[in-house]
Order: sequence, then C-alpha cells, then structure tokens
Amino acid sequence: MSKQINVALIGNPNTGKTSVFNALTGLNQKVGNYPGITVEKKEGICKLPRGVKAHIIDLPGTYSLNASSVDENVVIELLLNKNDKDFPDVAVVVSDVENLKRNLLLFTQIKDLEIPTILVINMSDRMKYKGISLDLNILEERLKTKIALVSTRKRQGIEELKELISSYKELSVEPCMHASEIDQPYFDGLRKAFPNQLLYKLWLVITQDVNFGKTDRNEIDPVAEFKTKSKSDLKRLQQKETIKRYQFINDTLKIGQTIDLSTAKDLRIKFDRILTHKVWGYVIFFIILLTIFQAIYDWSSVPMDFIDGAFASLSEWVKNALPQGAFTDLLAEGIIPGLSGIVIFIPQIAFLFLFISVLEESGYMSRVVFLMDRVMRRFGLSGKSVVPLISGTACAIPAIMATRNIESWKERLITILVTPFTTCSARLPVYLIIISLVIPQGRIFGLGYQALTLMLLYLIGFGAALISAMILNKILKIKSKTFFVVEMPNYKWPLFRNVTLTVIEKTKSFVFGAGKIILAISIILWFLASYGPGDDFNNAEEIVTAQFASESLDDDALQQQIASYKLEHSFIGITGRAIEPAIRPLGYDWKIGIAIVSSFAAREVFVGTLATIYSVGSDDEDTIKNRMAGEVNPILGGPLFNFASGISLLLFYAFAMQCMSTLAVVKKETNTWKWPMLQLVLMSGFAYVVALIAYQLLK
Amino acid sequence: MPTTLAKLKRGERGVIIDVSSIHIPLKLLEMGCLPGNFVELVQVAPFADPMYLNINGTHLAIRKETAIHILIDIIL
Repeated sequence: MSKQINVALIGNPNTGKTSVFNALTGLNQKVGNYPGITVEKKEGICKLPRGVKAHIIDLPGTYSLNASSVDENVVIELLLNKNDKDFPDVAVVVSDVENLKRNLLLFTQIKDLEIPTILVINMSDRMKYKGISLDLNILEERLKTKIALVSTRKRQGIEELKELISSYKELSVEPCMHASEIDQPYFDGLRKAFPNQLLYKLWLVITQDVNFGKTDRNEIDPVAEFKTKSKSDLKRLQQKETIKRYQFINDTLKIGQTIDLSTAKDLRIKFDRILTHKVWGYVIFFIILLTIFQAIYDWSSVPMDFIDGAFASLSEWVKNALPQGAFTDLLAEGIIPGLSGIVIFIPQIAFLFLFISVLEESGYMSRVVFLMDRVMRRFGLSGKSVVPLISGTACAIPAIMATRNIESWKERLITILVTPFTTCSARLPVYLIIISLVIPQGRIFGLGYQALTLMLLYLIGFGAALISAMILNKILKIKSKTFFVVEMPNYKWPLFRNVTLTVIEKTKSFVFGAGKIILAISIILWFLASYGPGDDFNNAEEIVTAQFASESLDDDALQQQIASYKLEHSFIGITGRAIEPAIRPLGYDWKIGIAIVSSFAAREVFVGTLATIYSVGSDDEDTIKNRMAGEVNPILGGPLFNFASGISLLLFYAFAMQCMSTLAVVKKETNTWKWPMLQLVLMSGFAYVVALIAYQLLK
Repeated sequence: MPTTLAKLKRGERGVIIDVSSIHIPLKLLEMGCLPGNFVELVQVAPFADPMYLNINGTHLAIRKETAIHILIDIIL
C-alpha cells in the first residue's frame, strides 16, 4: 500500500477554496479544531487515480504569508514546520481567475518555501464572460508549476487536479522569483549566519514577530555576525518585497494573460449602485433581516410542533412498552424529555445557518460590513462586528470566533464582550414557550402580539449589545492600531453544495455539542428528582396517605399528592427550596429556580429541565407546554406562569450570561478568565435586577 | 498635484504615488494598493466613510482615516 499524500489547500479568501475542498472530498470531511486554539480545522480524504489516497486539509484563507490574525497564523505555522504530521507533500494554491494578479502574491511566497506547488485557477467558467484568456504554457513555465483550470460551479477540472496531485513528485520546487534581491547584503548576511536554513523561511520567521508577536522561536536567536534590523526597517523591507513580487506577477501576466475589456460584463456596479446606496442599501438590508426572521418563525413552527408532540408520545410509548423499573423511568422521564429540548431546535438552527451562509456565499455580507461600519463605530464597534452580531442570533460561539477578522483589538474585544446579548437560538425555546403561555393571542395592525413580543426581545438583545458596547468603549483604555480593510468580492450565486454542507455541519455540531450537556444534565436531574434523603422521602406514601386519610380522595388524586410530596423532599426539591428565597421576589418557584440554575450550563436546558421535573411521577402523556400551564403558584394561587412572572423570566433570559460554552470560547479568544468572568457577573447581575423590577412593577 | 486618496470623488480616477506611511497596513499593499496602480472610487457610505474602491481591479473598502495617508494624483 502506498502512503497517503498530505495536501494543503491554500488561497486568498473568496477564491472558492472551500468549494474546491468540497468537490475533492465530498462528505468525506470532518471539522475540528487546531489544538489549543479555536481555529476551525477542515480535513478530508480524497481518492486519487491509481489507488492513491490524499489527506486534504483546507487551511484558513489568507492574502499572504504575513499573518495578522490567529487564523492566518495557522497557515504559516504549518508551512514552516516540517515535522508537523500535516506538513504538506504538495501545496495546492487556489486562485480566482478574475483576481489572478492578487492571488498570485501568496503563490510566489509559497514557491519560495520550496514546497511542490500546484496552481488552481478557479471559476474558469467566468473567463469568457469577463473577456479573459490565458496562455497556460507560458504561465506554467514562468511560475514553475502545473496549473489546473477548475470550475467548481460546472464541476470541471477536478479530475485533472486529482491527476496532478497524484503525480506531485514531478513538480518543480524551484522558486519562481528572487525576493532576496530587495536587500542583497542583508539576505547574504542572513544566509551566512544560518547556512542550514531555507532563506525565505528565516525571513518569514523574522518578520512574523513584527506582525504577530505570538510565535516563540529559539532557533533564530540573533547571532553575532548577523546584524538585525529595527521593526520599521523590517516593515519597509516587507513593503519592498510586496512591490517586488507584484512586479514579477505583472511581468508574467503581461505575456500570459489577456483581458478584453470590451467583452467584459460587470453586474457588480449595477448591483452595488443599489445595494450599497446611502438610503436604499439600508432599506434593503432591513427588509432582508425582517424576511429572515419572519421566515424562520413561520417555516419552523410546523416541524417544531411535530417534534414536541412526537417526543411526548415516545415517552408515553416507552412507559407502556417497557417493563416498569428505574431504567424505564430514567428513559421516559429523564432522557427523552431532555432530548426533546434539543431536537426541537433543529429546524430553526438549520434555517438560520441556511440564511447566514447564503448571505456570506453571495458576497452580500461584505456590503453589510461596508454599510454598517460608520454606524457601528459610534458604538466602539467595527463594520465587521455586524457579522458576529447577526450570526449571534444563531449561536454566540461561532459568532465570537467570527470576530477574528476584526483588525483592531479594542473593537474586537468589545464585539466579543457584547455578542452574547444578541438573542441566540438557545434562548428561543424559552421565549417561545413562555410567550405562548403569558402573552395573549390577539392581533394589532395584523401583527400578532406574540410575534411582536418576540421581535421586541430581539431588539432588546441588539439594543443591550450596542449600549453596552458604547459604555465599554468609554471605559476600556486600550490603545490598539485600528485599520480596516475589507475585500468586496464579486456577487456570486451561492453554490447549493456549499450551503448544504455548511448547514449540515453547523447543525450537527450544535446538536451534538449541546446535546451532550443536555443529556448529562437531564440524567443528573432525574436522579436528583427521583431520590431523596431521610424519612420524608422514603416514607412519602405513608405520610401522605395518613395526611389525607380523613378526606376521601380517589386513587389518582392520592398518587398525584404522593408524587408531588416526593418531589418536594427529593434532593432537587431540597436544593430548590434552599435557593427559593433568592428568586421568589422575581415571581418564580423553586422548580423554575432549578431550571434557571441548570441553564447556566446552557440556556436551552431550561425547557428540558422543567420537562424532566414535571414529568417525574406524572403518568399522563402531555406536552411540556400543557404541563407548565397547569402549574399553580404555591403561595398566591393562580397560574405560576402569569404575565408578571413571564415577563420577568423573559427579561432574565434576555440579559443573563448562561452558557458555559460561550464563556469557554471567550476565555480562549481573549486568553484570560478576566473577560468571561466579567461577562458572567455583570450580565447575570443586571438580568436579576431587571427581572426583579419587572416583576415587582407588574404583579 | 499630489493629493490624498480621501479627496477622491465618485467617478474620479487617480494613480497611487506613495504608500510608505506607517499608518498603511501591509495587508492593503498585498491587496494591490501599490504605487503606479490606478484607483477609482466606486461608492461611498454616508459621511464619505468608509470608501469603496477599485484598485487595479481589486475591490475593497477602507476607512477615511487610512485613505488620508495614501498619496495619489487625480487623473480624469
């Protein structure tokens, strides 16, 4: 058996690199993380001709090997480390035929590392449309490489690319230009000081510290005979290097590429005249947002109702079909209700990721960044903060990771800190169920009260994010260089394959990631609710029977009384009662208290927890909602979930920081516990105060 | 007469003459903002900031605070 070939896909953002990756690997891919950092690592397997297999890794998009973010740094770390198990046998540089000149910059740098390199010219289907023609022979000769002309849209050129990868040993490893000419004496000195190292690698390591002070390297300590340069001198040299590379690329393309502008058509200008317009741009953006939210609620309500009902029946069926015992109870009262609290999210999560990935794939997201930058700067944010804030409506975790391309540390930190205020999908089940319990069904101007309440909660989330950003901007004293460069890619029709893969991947990771926590918590809760210490719990039957001996209760009513007595004296009941004084002023009973405490692990646990607590000991098949509606306030009487306590709960969930995974990601991204702890304390404290005021005013 | 990129009006074209200021990120150069290249203002957001530019076929947006450090000659 031949060994597996390691292939690294490298390219600028917006070149369709991921489409090439998807075309090569199909569903044979997995998404993980690079060890220690939250950068997404995409790998896959591809079968090549003659039975060879390739292990393909899709590296984060980068414009050059001069990293300015953690994502970009991953590329350099891999290419500089020959001992890494993923170190590529062959690098595949993906370029876009319309932006060949800019894309080749990265290509020439990779060639300097003397790694066998293939150049993919993607989106070749647009060549005719753009009036571009290429002389591949000249390009291959000048660039010292093999070129694959690929169109992932038309599925052309992929087989040829596979063929090239499998015969990678024939590729030249000679650089295509001599970057060291920019300062010959300096590079000669460098070569003399470290004769065993590749010159360009040395240069990258030296300049890396200038751009990105994270890499720690002992191999290149200043040596006596080698004169180091100041940071500003190095930066000037980098500028010279860039200019030098472009000169080479320009010379190459002058003979290898012709562009007939008379046949070139450009829809970009027409679209952008409206989509980035001072007035219409904003109107259209707002309409798109409204449409997305409307669609999510309308379309997903049907499958959600179905899932809710199906799980209730499943629970009932398990109880009847399996022999009675602790295991059946655990399954029917612990695990199944807990799981329904997560599965019920799938429709909404999927729709949200569908829209977000369509907006990103089409190139519209960059226009939003452009439109919103000035507005967001007033709040101490960047136009690029809009993307995290919007994707925060799906989940704060990918949203916080999406802040990486914000160049200014201060703007990025503020974005990270305020993103958890946006209404993420985990809050949705809590909102939906409470709204349906406490907000009347009526309509005003054709809009339902319930829908308006939900819309209002989203606005409150965004409002809280913006206002706290403004406050943080005033308080935080961070000097950081701010610069803002955003590429405005051409509009593209989103590729169905890419969108589907994104939706499947994100939904899967959400369900399994959150599912694990929810399942574990459901099981723990079930145990705590089904067992208790002392005589009160163990002798519940006798105590209750004696208590009601004088009243002639039928058997059902008596069983109900026993069950609720048991619950009150179980472990969970005792804990709940201990915290009850703290939450009673907010209008909650101890059961809601338990649900709130457990949802500090993850908000979506709330519904599952209540479902578990309420279903312990109850026999009838019922949906979670009906059980909640039936709960009675133990002190005041009347429904426990009334207008005042409902609003109070909604506001609590709107502001409180209840998500361990988000805190963990914030810790990773900011490299300290200071910021996540600040979020936890301030957001939750604020939530408590607001919920308290709301309940006291409304009750 | 050299002026800065921030002065460019919509529909006007300029040629870049100097980008050596330390306030200009390397990334901008890598995207093609180099001396000798043509630059055109495609669209401006309200208050003329940020600016949506076409530099030698690369479309990108930068803030005015960066644009004032890029020296250009306006050609019509």
